[in-house]
Amino acid sequence: MVRVTNLIKQFGELEVLKGMELNIEKGKIVVLIGPSGSGKTTFLRCLNVLETPTSGIVEIDQKVLDFSNSVSKKAVIQFRSLTGMVFQNYNLFPHMTALGNVMEGPVTVKKIPKQLAQKKAEELLQKVGLANKMNDYPFQLSGGQQQRVGIARALAMEPKVMLFDEPTSALDPELVGEVLKVMEDLAKDGMTMIVVTHEMRFAKDVADEVIFMDGGHIVEQGPPEQIFNRPQEARTRQFLRVLE
Amino acid sequence: MAKMYQSNSSFIDEKMIRFFDIAQSSLLPLLEGALYYTIPLTFISFCIGLILAVLSAIARISTIKIFQKISRVYVSIIRGTPLLVQLFIIFYGLPNIGIILDPFPSAIIGFSLNVGAYGSEIIRAAILSIPKGQWEASFSIGMSYRQALKRIILPQASRVSVPPLSNTFISLVKDTSLASLVLVTEMFRKAQQIAARENEFLLLYAEAGLIYWVICFLLSIIQMKIENRLERYIAK
Repeated sequence: MVRVTNLIKQFGELEVLKGMELNIEKGKIVVLIGPSGSGKTTFLRCLNVLETPTSGIVEIDQKVLDFSNSVSKKAVIQFRSLTGMVFQNYNLFPHMTALGNVMEGPVTVKKIPKQLAQKKAEELLQKVGLANKMNDYPFQLSGGQQQRVGIARALAMEPKVMLFDEPTSALDPELVGEVLKVMEDLAKDGMTMIVVTHEMRFAKDVADEVIFMDGGHIVEQGPPEQIFNRPQEARTRQFLRVLE
Repeated sequence: MAKMYQSNSSFIDEKMIRFFDIAQSSLLPLLEGALYYTIPLTFISFCIGLILAVLSAIARISTIKIFQKISRVYVSIIRGTPLLVQLFIIFYGLPNIGIILDPFPSAIIGFSLNVGAYGSEIIRAAILSIPKGQWEASFSIGMSYRQALKRIILPQASRVSVPPLSNTFISLVKDTSLASLVLVTEMFRKAQQIAARENEFLLLYAEAGLIYWVICFLLSIIQMKIENRLERYIAK
């Protein structure tokens, strides 16, 4: 479903991603962990071209973008439609209700008739447990509720892959659970997901594969029980020890 | 002594009667000037100016160098020269190169260009004040730059720009008095004409000032209403 080949991202002199290679099968849940500044978030943002990679190839659902050549704006917009993104600080549109936020993509981008889009948006909000909050503005919602709207908004565009950028990092501890629950349900539905998180419990329980990143490349990857119980690399052991 | 006082008093009475007479009889012409010229001049110029301002702001933040440059030069020229000079160039200057405009359209052009330049900076600042995450969220659901600007960024920027734009609007109401100098018979020109005829300068200019003040006062009430409406989705 997702194939990344020799992905390099430089900010000026600074090389943030040093040739990332990754292959993710359909329906798999991949969790990226690693210290801050290791390039996890940048990597995620390269996958939907919020950051333009310096070079490398990204393939999602058989559509390919090769950043060694220049890519057109139109190609980027089309490629983005393959992914849905959930942000650390939700980034809901404050001037629209929960329903408006979820309908916005289908109506504005896909030109789906309003009534149809609204019906679908209502279903999605129901799915994330916000059936009674549809007409609330973001400022009337808790962080956990806002993030669930964020997930519904991304799902409304029917992406092939969902990208989560530290979705629970800005939440009060007692609100983390409700967001993780929605993510787990999504995983059960067979969605392909790439998750940057510090929630090790989620990584252990839900991930099919855990990737430990440091210094712009993958140090170690494998099933969660390998990474957490029998890490092969000294750097991985060191990182996990600090967490405990 | 007593007699003199009396005659003096009747002189004052007469003066007062004349004073109120003129104040009353000039009110209608002044209000006409406001209704037919000052207010239309303000509204039309502001609407055209606002369109210019949005276009200029978008040009300024675009990545296309030539658009940025045009916007910069426009704002610099208009902000860097007196409004009165601009009006004189348009009305008295352009005929020298064969462009002859009536007073009213001349004034509309001058004021619109002015609002456009000041508004451009206000709207540019408002757009830049919207968090980058709003752009990213828009892009992440597949929007183009244009869609994001129209649906997500400008609606939020408009809320931010209402207070400073109201300033521009209220300044514009008062600046329209300059149109009197390019022969638009707006309120202040009417006041000048009546004042000269009746030799009552203080009265007429004060009366005109009062009407400007009432208009601006009403406008600031409207401003408050708009702000309240735009802030309905902001936590209080």
